[in-house]
Amino acid sequence: MRLSSFRLRGPPSIGHPARGLNVVAATASDGARAPARRRSRALPWGLYGLRATAVLYLGVLVLIPIAVIARSGLEGGVVAMGKALAHPFVRSALLLTLETAAVMAVINAVMGTLIAYVLVRYRFPGRKVLNVLIDLPFSIPTLVAGLMIVALFGPEAPLGRALSGAGLQVLYAPPAIVLALLFVTLPIVVRAVEPVLAEVDVAEEEAARTLGASDVYTFRKVVLPAISPAIVTGTLLGFARALGEFGSIVVVAGNLPRRSLTASVFVFGEVEAGETVSASAMSLVLVGISFFVLLAVSAYEKRKGVRRG
Amino acid sequence: MAERRRSRRGARGALIGVAVVYVGGLILLPLVTLVGGAFADGAGAFFRAILHPDALHALAVTGLMVASAVVLNAVFGTLAAWILVRDRFPGRKVLSALVDVPFAVSPVIAGFVLIELFGKGGLLRPLSDALGVQIAFALPGMVLATTFVSLPFVIREVMPVLEEIGTDQEKAAYTLGAPALLTFRKVTLPAIRWGLYYGITLTAARAIGEFGAVLVVSGGVAGRTETATSFVYRALEDRNDTGANAMALVLSAASIGLLLAMDALKHRRAAVSTKEVAS
Repeated sequence: MRLSSFRLRGPPSIGHPARGLNVVAATASDGARAPARRRSRALPWGLYGLRATAVLYLGVLVLIPIAVIARSGLEGGVVAMGKALAHPFVRSALLLTLETAAVMAVINAVMGTLIAYVLVRYRFPGRKVLNVLIDLPFSIPTLVAGLMIVALFGPEAPLGRALSGAGLQVLYAPPAIVLALLFVTLPIVVRAVEPVLAEVDVAEEEAARTLGASDVYTFRKVVLPAISPAIVTGTLLGFARALGEFGSIVVVAGNLPRRSLTASVFVFGEVEAGETVSASAMSLVLVGISFFVLLAVSAYEKRKGVRRG
Repeated sequence: MAERRRSRRGARGALIGVAVVYVGGLILLPLVTLVGGAFADGAGAFFRAILHPDALHALAVTGLMVASAVVLNAVFGTLAAWILVRDRFPGRKVLSALVDVPFAVSPVIAGFVLIELFGKGGLLRPLSDALGVQIAFALPGMVLATTFVSLPFVIREVMPVLEEIGTDQEKAAYTLGAPALLTFRKVTLPAIRWGLYYGITLTAARAIGEFGAVLVVSGGVAGRTETATSFVYRALEDRNDTGANAMALVLSAASIGLLLAMDALKHRRAAVSTKEVAS
């Protein structure tokens, strides 16, 4: 998924309603007036049809899911739902999901910013390859990403053996979840920061340095203020994305309750077992958190006047 | 001063080094390991695994998913983008915000919702029964799931282009007497073309890789409703590592192909928009 670029657009700037087209057509030259009037009567019907189709398409595909989760979650009443959520497996799964996503988000914020800086400011051999590689997680199936991590850290792989020899269990444990999340969300922060950084004038940085500021000080005082909204936005979007991640985690985590079972995998298990109430209860919580994060992002953008693009 | 410059060059080298090692370790190393794993038992085993009837069928099912999701989302996505940008009606902003919902909802939850809707005693079960189609645990449900998870791409790519090109040319075409459909075909479509292609590529990549939603909806019946990704999952569960690796490699090759297409389209798109600014 390419969250970064399409989330990074400015507000719609064009205020021409489609009906405006008819106004123009109707006030055109005399010769065009008759057919134009006919069209102005014919088009609204077409327009309503198109509008209805679009609304139905979005509404059916998007609104129904939310309604359905809420309905099945509340089917047994609020008490049953609360009981389902109080189960220790549910709480630990939710906690693990939030923790791994938070660790991933912190690493992503730092590394994503660094990579974006390197890509924008430096020219070096292999830069183009690096640039293309970064988008790979957008196009590769997340299940395959999980498989790769298994191949790398599995008990038969040299790296996995070396690490478990050193007493560090990666696979089938929380570190593998963080790794999988880092893989899946890598492009989000990079692609959010990149365009904003490209607009920061190099001359400003050079001026700061000429005036005697150190590199770190220059970065903190000149570059960081300009790009920090993009870093925050990208990090939060990556966090939201991580909450729902399933394909890569189900393969690498081992999915032991209370140890390495995340919320999405929990929902999967409950659906398979026919436990509708706890599946919907957890779904409702997950969707709620994601929505909250997305709303926070859009409120933050509005306040900071983030221009995405 | 010279010392300063030297230290800055050192910082440059260090930053590039960290970025390259991070991306290399996180992305490239796993990819190389996967290729090695697929051919670990020789090329013969790889081809035997990938030419197995179940594997071929899974690839065909994935192909069907990709084709349906691309067609549905290209047509309705463009329409939705057009309505969201050009039309004004109450609730438009809410609708526009809703477009991102599929990204906020875990695919597993999306699949679960479809089962709740079309499974036994589901809300819309009477409808699908009346139409005589089975949706849950069948291909139509999988198509719906795939279309849902890849819904935002075309809309989000086409909307900004529509905003950027404005309505002047469309109005001119209307003024000259062109009917709406002709205007769309001759004026709007060529202008949004690259954004649309880019959105379609993203849709296809997402559809190939979709796993959670499809797995939940399909019930993963081998040879009937199994996609390429669920094939990999089942092969892993069955300890058929060669099969899992072989299929994963095919999927990776497809997604790398799409990745290169995305990269090319990105340049193309950028070239078009700078040309328009320049002229």
